[in-house]
Amino acid sequence: MSKLNTDALNKLRDGASGEFRNKKGYTHYILTCGGTACQSNKGVEIYEGLIAEAKKQGVGDKVQVIKTGCFGFCERGPIVKVLPDNSFYVDVKPEDAEEIISSQVKGGKEVDRLFYKNPDGSPVQKAAAHGDLPPIGFYQKQQRVVLRNCGIINPEVIEEYIANQGYIALQKSLFEWKPDDIINELKTSGLRGRGGAGFPTWMKWDATKKVANDIKYVVCNADEGDPGAYMDRSTIEGDPHSVIEAMTICGRAIGASQGFVYIRAEYPLAVHRLELALAQAKDYGLLGNDILGSGFNFDIEIRLGAGAFVCGEETALLRSLEGGRGMPTPKPPFPAVAGLWGKPTCINNVETLANIPAILVRGGAWFASMGTEKSKGTKVFALTGKINNSGLVEVPMGTTLREIIFEIGGGIKNGKKFKGVQTGGPSGGILTEKVLDTPIDYESLTQMGSMMGSGGMIVMDEDDCVVDVARFYMDFCVDESCGKCSPCRIGTTQILKILEKITHGNGDEADLIKLETIGKAMQKASLCALGGTAANPTLSTIRNFREEYMEHIHDHKCRAGKCKSLLSFTILEDKCKGCGMCAKNCPAACITGEKKKPYTIDQSKCVKCGECFKNCKFDAVVRA
Amino acid sequence: MSECSCGHGEEVNVEFPKELVSFINEWKVKQGSLIMILHKTQESFGFIPRAAAEQIALMTGIPLARIYGVITFYHFFKTTKPGKNKVSVCLGTACYLKGGGDLIEEARSVLNIKPDEVTEDGLFSVEEVRCVGCCGLAPVMTVGGETYGKLTKKQLPEIFEKYKARG
Ligand SMILES: Cc1cc2nc3c(=O)[nH]c(=O)nc-3n(C[C@H](O)[C@H](O)[C@H](O)COP(=O)(O)O)c2cc1C
Ligand code: FES
Ligand code: FES
Repeated sequence: MSKLNTDALNKLRDGASGEFRNKKGYTHYILTCGGTACQSNKGVEIYEGLIAEAKKQGVGDKVQVIKTGCFGFCERGPIVKVLPDNSFYVDVKPEDAEEIISSQVKGGKEVDRLFYKNPDGSPVQKAAAHGDLPPIGFYQKQQRVVLRNCGIINPEVIEEYIANQGYIALQKSLFEWKPDDIINELKTSGLRGRGGAGFPTWMKWDATKKVANDIKYVVCNADEGDPGAYMDRSTIEGDPHSVIEAMTICGRAIGASQGFVYIRAEYPLAVHRLELALAQAKDYGLLGNDILGSGFNFDIEIRLGAGAFVCGEETALLRSLEGGRGMPTPKPPFPAVAGLWGKPTCINNVETLANIPAILVRGGAWFASMGTEKSKGTKVFALTGKINNSGLVEVPMGTTLREIIFEIGGGIKNGKKFKGVQTGGPSGGILTEKVLDTPIDYESLTQMGSMMGSGGMIVMDEDDCVVDVARFYMDFCVDESCGKCSPCRIGTTQILKILEKITHGNGDEADLIKLETIGKAMQKASLCALGGTAANPTLSTIRNFREEYMEHIHDHKCRAGKCKSLLSFTILEDKCKGCGMCAKNCPAACITGEKKKPYTIDQSKCVKCGECFKNCKFDAVVRA
Repeated sequence: MSECSCGHGEEVNVEFPKELVSFINEWKVKQGSLIMILHKTQESFGFIPRAAAEQIALMTGIPLARIYGVITFYHFFKTTKPGKNKVSVCLGTACYLKGGGDLIEEARSVLNIKPDEVTEDGLFSVEEVRCVGCCGLAPVMTVGGETYGKLTKKQLPEIFEKYKARG
């Protein structure tokens, strides 16, 4: 590859545009999902199997098999899509490769049995064009901006990104616009940070730009420490160049020539794709010195995180980037003024950045036409938990929780009852049935006592205990608190102790008041937002599910059956048929009996695992 | 840099592969590179032995105390040797709700080890991790970097057998 100037880049794009793939004389393109979920579910075998089958069946030169980023519908992965038919196949297995090649590529007939079927059994029509979402319930209300290229292009081939409007925004930023024009366009768009707090992106860029300094930095926050969230991972895996392009534009806008991507070491595939993309961008002269012949220099380096949630907090992240312990520092000074090594630093989240090239190509006004009054554009949620269609979901801001959970998500798994949905991870809260119809944006979520956070959305059903979940999050925060400030270090530990007491059946009503007092003190006095928000899951569950706390405290009862100390299992004599399934499955060997006669449980040996309860076909085991 | 004052200078006996040495020499001149150097070291040895930390101190001039300050702050860095196949059970929220806690108990009981222990044959150790980013497949476990999703307790023995067979 040789370095491009802007004309050469245009030529490359025009030559490639739309027909980039068709130029090579292929009749079919098979896109296989290369997202982490599908890859770990035999995706690699499917990819390799398709290539091998094509060769074996003599059509190796007619088919191109391509690995893309996540299609979003991870629940039904591995996903395979065949062009030009736009056939969208779900739950594909390695053994299906043979038929896809023989029937579709050679015989022109789609493999009907691999199509998605609606819950009512009717088959699904396919998308009209590549790039359109298939008309499946899961996709109906979605709109892909951040994920525009995921599942569409091969993230390991820069030309595919270029062919899909890639690096146009960079060209404009270098040759047509002044830094202020870029920032103004972002202002018009109304884009706010997707890393959690929702700070207007243009303001951050503007503030960093205005500080005079020879050295400034651009930092991409790809730490994604929120357990239960994976949109940043998927964005980088599926479309790394969108982040690289945005960082370069940021460098141009604020006057920086060095960028860093701070990314979790737990995301090896994302790191790998990012490394490839950086190398390709450098080869083409889209990074490095004299980018596209404009005289502008900008480079990007990858730095790995090392598994500390607090390092997602921006000041802690900077300390970690400097090579030390990731402890937050007081703000002000904000990173825009004194960030990495004391220099002005603009730090943005992956999803925030991935929006930017699209905004600059299509215009701020286009972006602002989506969303609510104060929250523009779309938001990607990682929809998981007890939901039928778990996956990555991108919807316009203002979509309701009910639409996301019951229409896109297809409702609760196994016909169970919806209990609550946790948004914002350890900084957020659990929302109930009552607020399902509220259009969600930054403000409404905060008002309801939760947070947007990074976009983890974890659905809970009647089998989940909210007290236990609050305990789970507090356990996490105790582990993850950096320990620098006492409200957080001591507060999280105390709250955890009280919650443990309650889940063990030793709580009293005064504990609830203590939890609230400590929680409020932490909100006011903590150094960073980790401590400031750590009590949110606890406070929100006390507010929304008070009666369940009361049951634990007064009745020593956990209605979901999760708090093991409060459980006991007994066998009802009159219902027991003496089949012995309970005893067979008991890991503690504490169930005894004779065939055809009622069995009994030795309470002193019972470990309360619930296997007997789960395996009894006659409802003879009761949980109390 | 011979006047290392930590008193452990003589004990440095961890042989650094050539690649690691050149990585450290390339990175040590960059600002804030300690964490990257520790990652590479852990990649080489599977953990960060004390002697390796001392060697890094000698090579980079970063005080050993600061290096340990960093190692102990981050969950990813380990100071004890893990099993040949590191079993990481996800206890992120999605996985926790779907029974990740039971999985980790079961994994330890099947392999008959406690937290921070390694099986007698040195093949396995079990640790909990927070979200590996495959929440759609919860509950998730990784073994030596391979991901297993939508796991049930019953599948564990079979999976471990596979790695035992590989030795
Ligand atoms: C405890 C804590 C963890 C955070 N984790 C992340 C994270 O993993 N990724 C992220 O982008 N922002 C995270 N943030 C928010 C960042 O501090 C910061 O606001 C964000 O990176 C700014 O980018 P944005 O304006 O594009 O959202 C975290 C904040 C706190 C307090
Ligand atoms: S990883 Fe394949 S659809 Fe998400
Ligand atoms: S919570 Fe386990 S993979 Fe995310």
